[in-house]
Amino acid sequence: MDNIQLLISGLANGCVYGLIALGFVLIYKATEAVNFAQGDFMMLGAFVTIGLTNTEYMGLPFWMALPISLGVMAALGYLLDRLVIRRMFGESQTAVVILTIALGFVIRFVAGLIWGHEPQTLQNPLAGKEVRFGGLVLGMEDVAVIIVTILLTWSLYVFFSKTKLGLAMQGASQNQLAAYYMGIPVKRVQGLIWALAGAVAGVAGILFAAKGSVDPNTGLLGIKAFAAAVIGGFGSLPGALAGGLIVGVIEPFASRYIAAGYSQIAPYALLLAVLIFRPHGLFSQVRVKKV
Amino acid sequence: MSLLELENVTLKFGGLTAVDRLSFSVEEGEVFAIVGPNGAGKSTVFNLISRFYDPFEGTIRFDGQDLLAVKPSGVAAYGVARTFQNIELFEHATVLQNLLVGRHRHHKSNVISELFFTPSVKRQELENREKVEEVIDFLDLQAYRDKMIAGLPYGVRKVVEVARALATDPKLLLLDEPASGLSVEETTDMRWWIDDIRRQMGITVLMVEHDMGLVSGVSDRVLAMADGAKLALGTPAEVQSHPAVIEAYLGKAS
Amino acid sequence: MRIVFKTDYMQDIRPWKDGYQLSLYLILLAVVIAAPWWLNDFYLGELTNVLIWAIAGLGLMVLTGHTGQASLGHAAFLAIGCYANVILIEAGIPFLIAFPLAGILTGVIGATIAVPALRLHGIYLAIFTLALSILMDDIIVLADPITGGVGGKYIGGVEIFGHMIERWGTPGQFFWLVLTVTVIVTLGYINLLRAPLGRSFIAVRDSEVSAQAMGVDIARTKTISFGLSCTVTGWAGALMGLYAGAFNNETFSVVISIQLLMMIVIGGLGSIHGAFFGAIVIGFLPQFLSIAKEYVGALFGGDTVAIPGLEFGVFGMILIAFILFEPMGIYGRWLKIRTWIELFPFYRKDMFKRQKSYLKTERLR
Repeated sequence: MDNIQLLISGLANGCVYGLIALGFVLIYKATEAVNFAQGDFMMLGAFVTIGLTNTEYMGLPFWMALPISLGVMAALGYLLDRLVIRRMFGESQTAVVILTIALGFVIRFVAGLIWGHEPQTLQNPLAGKEVRFGGLVLGMEDVAVIIVTILLTWSLYVFFSKTKLGLAMQGASQNQLAAYYMGIPVKRVQGLIWALAGAVAGVAGILFAAKGSVDPNTGLLGIKAFAAAVIGGFGSLPGALAGGLIVGVIEPFASRYIAAGYSQIAPYALLLAVLIFRPHGLFSQVRVKKV
Repeated sequence: MSLLELENVTLKFGGLTAVDRLSFSVEEGEVFAIVGPNGAGKSTVFNLISRFYDPFEGTIRFDGQDLLAVKPSGVAAYGVARTFQNIELFEHATVLQNLLVGRHRHHKSNVISELFFTPSVKRQELENREKVEEVIDFLDLQAYRDKMIAGLPYGVRKVVEVARALATDPKLLLLDEPASGLSVEETTDMRWWIDDIRRQMGITVLMVEHDMGLVSGVSDRVLAMADGAKLALGTPAEVQSHPAVIEAYLGKAS
Repeated sequence: MRIVFKTDYMQDIRPWKDGYQLSLYLILLAVVIAAPWWLNDFYLGELTNVLIWAIAGLGLMVLTGHTGQASLGHAAFLAIGCYANVILIEAGIPFLIAFPLAGILTGVIGATIAVPALRLHGIYLAIFTLALSILMDDIIVLADPITGGVGGKYIGGVEIFGHMIERWGTPGQFFWLVLTVTVIVTLGYINLLRAPLGRSFIAVRDSEVSAQAMGVDIARTKTISFGLSCTVTGWAGALMGLYAGAFNNETFSVVISIQLLMMIVIGGLGSIHGAFFGAIVIGFLPQFLSIAKEYVGALFGGDTVAIPGLEFGVFGMILIAFILFEPMGIYGRWLKIRTWIELFPFYRKDMFKRQKSYLKTERLR
């Protein structure tokens, strides 16, 4: 029973990691840029929603605030691509990594200025409710996180495999030049990918803030999500989600069964092992550069 | 004994056979060209000789030694140098530095002596410079000696790549499409240089090229390939009139 | 523009272009050596800090700037150097032996770590080293008996030939100690860049395939680069320990790793100058900000308020501005300004323009 409860809460955490990792991979696949600020995006999404709903700020109804904050996050993602990332056209990947790390610093600073450095929780209708299932007592938030993640993943899957825009995005990610020749507006598609990644980060942030508290440094969680993305294989969306779940589940079990001090090492030790033995992730094939 | 011998070399990528039981040999002092339509496996042959790929089966021998026994970085030590189809120069270094990297296989200094730049390292550097200057003079690159590669026009880069390969003091020079993207004048220059490389320096040249004018102008023998296999081998005139070659390029006469 | 006629190969091999340039650098060195006489103790301490950061920057520059391997985990090597130095001194080994040994030990560990990391490229290497840096924090806590765990360690000063050198007691002499290390490391770096090894680093950075075709052993070159880089970083760590006096697992957090990488990007990747320029920015930014805050506070007649995270926020913005508008860093900008002055009025706007490709893919297909 205990283990199942650990598993569920681990999965719920893992879903948040997985969603951030999904954002990383979305952007990486489409633009070859690595957005190290994705975790900070998540934090920003959480704070935007808190700012809209919580009574000490604007106090909007929860269900009204949701679409607004997702819209704001999508717009921010689009603007970021438009104003900053697009200028990096043709620069090396490492330069983009460093740029987005710096961006993370700035986002954390700005969030701290606006919302302060105290941990805050999102006031939401699910808070404190429990689901009893047999002998299990599960937090309503945990269950909601898992359900929302499943729904989001499914709709992303449908979007990418069925809709015209989704297919165009896939095409642009496979081969930019060819996609450009086929009449796909590659730059606009990339902007939309960033917007989508922003919205996904927003969802992750809302889920995270509903489960626990956020402060500006929560954004550093992105490092763990990044590890999850690498464990899953950087090029695959399902891989990213799976990596997130693996990291999420390992954590509670490690802290239960491994001596304190060693347990927090577990996700990173797994990451190093994956990088050493399967450098391109658990779920991807290795290919060699052609000359 | 031939300088380079490939025997029954086969390479597969998944289900695709890129090179199919290919055998040929290059004699010392000749210019040997490989021609064929796109995707025939010409560059793959080069990459096999450079040891970037491991052949599925077959042997590659250079100067009587087994080339398959060495690492990719060990090929240069035998005296095999190459250029690349899509120019692989060290972009953020000067022409001089690029050519000096070509001297790498002749270095005898170790890390410690280099950190202190001992007199022996200095002597070695002076020797390197002399060799490199010879190559610079040979290919008329004096004007670009201290320029960054990143700012150079395409045609010059192409020549710098040949120069870098020559700086290694090779016995065999592999040129991967030396004339692609060059203007008519530049192609003519390249033709004379290839001729000089063989005559003055005594270096054997193996090249992949599409420009039949260049191929028939400088090469002694030509190998035509299609779908990874040998179609024809002989003098340029023989190969050009070979029915299988005409078919591969123009399709079957109906 | 000064035109240097080359009549001898040695003119390219010598580290300086001509006597004019050499004398400029000698004057600079003399001015810096005399710093204890023209700077007060506070600013002398800051200058010492800048030099220590510059040494760490030089260490990372070898690996990232010249070999092209981005490391987000160099704080781990700062930590190893720092702890090794202090532990060796505590074991009774004199500083003059313990200090070089600490660096070499760090280098050996770095080269060993490089072996599994050799296959990793770009972001994968970055995340590998980032994880190392995070793990190092936990490892220091776990290795409590050797490292003192969360409580950390303390070192007052070091003895050289029976003479005590302390950060607070004898700031001038401590400054000279750091300066000596800086000069030695810089000279070694200059030698490296004009020797075959430095060129093979650059070759690996710019094109691994053609480096290989020229006979450069990629694995060996990267391992040596890691080793040299970590040795120098270890020395910087040891000096940081002496400078701070007390340190624990949090002194060398992952944030320091990131800061170090950002520092050399701001300074200018791929140049020795870059490490120094970057260190100056990182060393004096906090001072500059507090002065600016006081000034702004006085301007509006209010109190100076503490803004948490301001330093990092401003640092991030500076970095973004540099990457967008001057990817070659301060050194790149300096080169342009110098050329502009030398060529006045004939400078053309696109003199330093680089070609941009449609998409320089680093994804393995």
